[in-house]
Amino acid sequence: MFIPCDRGGGSAAPDFKGFTLLMPAVSVGNVGQLAIDLVISTLDMTKVGYFYTDCLVPMVGNNPYATAEENSVELSINAEVYSLPSKKLVVLQIRSPFIKNKYRPFCETLLSWVKSSKCARVVLLSSSHAYQRDDEQLLGTPLRYLLTPDLEKAVGGCMKELNWKEMEKVAAYPGINNTDKVLHIPGGGITKLLFTESCSEGIQMAVLLKFCSEGDNIPDAFVLVNYLNEWLQLIKSEVNPSSQWKIPSSWRLLFGNGLPPALF
Amino acid sequence: GEVVVAPSRAGLDEEEEAREETPEDREIRREIEKKRYRQEIEVLWSCAEESLVCSRFIVAIGRNAAAFLSSFILDSVCWEVIGVVKLWNEWCRTSSTTNVLPTDSFCLFYRLIADPTVLLCQCSCYVAEDQQFQWLEKVFGSMQKKGLQVTILSTCPVADYKTQESTLTLVSPFLKALKTKEFQEQVCCPLLEQPNIVRDLPAA
Repeated sequence: MFIPCDRGGGSAAPDFKGFTLLMPAVSVGNVGQLAIDLVISTLDMTKVGYFYTDCLVPMVGNNPYATAEENSVELSINAEVYSLPSKKLVVLQIRSPFIKNKYRPFCETLLSWVKSSKCARVVLLSSSHAYQRDDEQLLGTPLRYLLTPDLEKAVGGCMKELNWKEMEKVAAYPGINNTDKVLHIPGGGITKLLFTESCSEGIQMAVLLKFCSEGDNIPDAFVLVNYLNEWLQLIKSEVNPSSQWKIPSSWRLLFGNGLPPALF
Repeated sequence: GEVVVAPSRAGLDEEEEAREETPEDREIRREIEKKRYRQEIEVLWSCAEESLVCSRFIVAIGRNAAAFLSSFILDSVCWEVIGVVKLWNEWCRTSSTTNVLPTDSFCLFYRLIADPTVLLCQCSCYVAEDQQFQWLEKVFGSMQKKGLQVTILSTCPVADYKTQESTLTLVSPFLKALKTKEFQEQVCCPLLEQPNIVRDLPAA
């Protein structure tokens, strides 16, 4: 699945042993993916490879993180891997939706790649439909986290110190009985599947998600990436953390072209 | 008032959610799925060789690109038909005949008689997103690549082009290109700027 970039000079395939894998779920508002764009763009991460997969809708374009003429002509496709060895961070960006019936095979292949590349833990950025919140969830922070049992042991205390809120479970049979509780992440794409599979396979995974709706999701992405930063400290967040993140050049014209003057 | 669920732009697979469809819709969807996922894409070659040696492969995807090749490149003197792709999806069906009309949906392969390592593909049919990977593996799998250079021709509506100005005042048609870093030759037009992207079979 993972194809390393040919950096020339016969360089060995990248080693992700002990790294944190940061990745998005394709979810409501594409918030996870936007947040990942901010991480890659701000930390100026190097592309180290891509996923050769038939599970995602194909797309291609030029470098979405281009800052100048010279670096604008590298091709970019739907699933690419970036790395920052100094922070032991490897990032997967997913740029298109799943092909029908393919999201399960993708999850399986992804988790087996996580195991074979010996990543220490996975952090999944996601989102969930804001309109599905219950009365209690409507109040307070729209941010939630989840930890697999293996990661809970390692960092559960950290989340308590940060005063983070764990994602609530909902009644499996609302109205009938409220005792059977299940995890429900509407609009979260593969989030629930990846999380439950990681739990059963002993993979250390954290899910960070935000309740949101479709619209201009750039503010949601900033909120989510700052939430991530509270824990992982990827950038210094002294005064105004939002101003420290660099918006990639590909975020231009998200809501359409300029208007013809003759319209007015 | 009624609460209507807005479709998510994120293209989510709503398999977990209960689908609201009538029994007839469900039946139709099941039949389409059965037919589609059981039928494989077939690539049929008329030549006897096990695999074709290919140094240049030109692929025209979509009716406009296919028509361009028909009008300016192909003729029965210099080119011979050597293969066809048979596929089916909800949008079109191709057959194994090589005698096609411009209005048909087809996917044909030609070879330059003067240099048989030069192959050309005219694909006017729509290859659905879940068929694109299979199309690629089957077509490229039949080739012996010898310093292979691939050129993909396709068209997109001007209205889809993202630019600071309005597309109303844009002089069209115009050409843009994407190239891999291995392509060292001169490109005949400007490169496609972000945030524009290419989708479907050309992207695949």
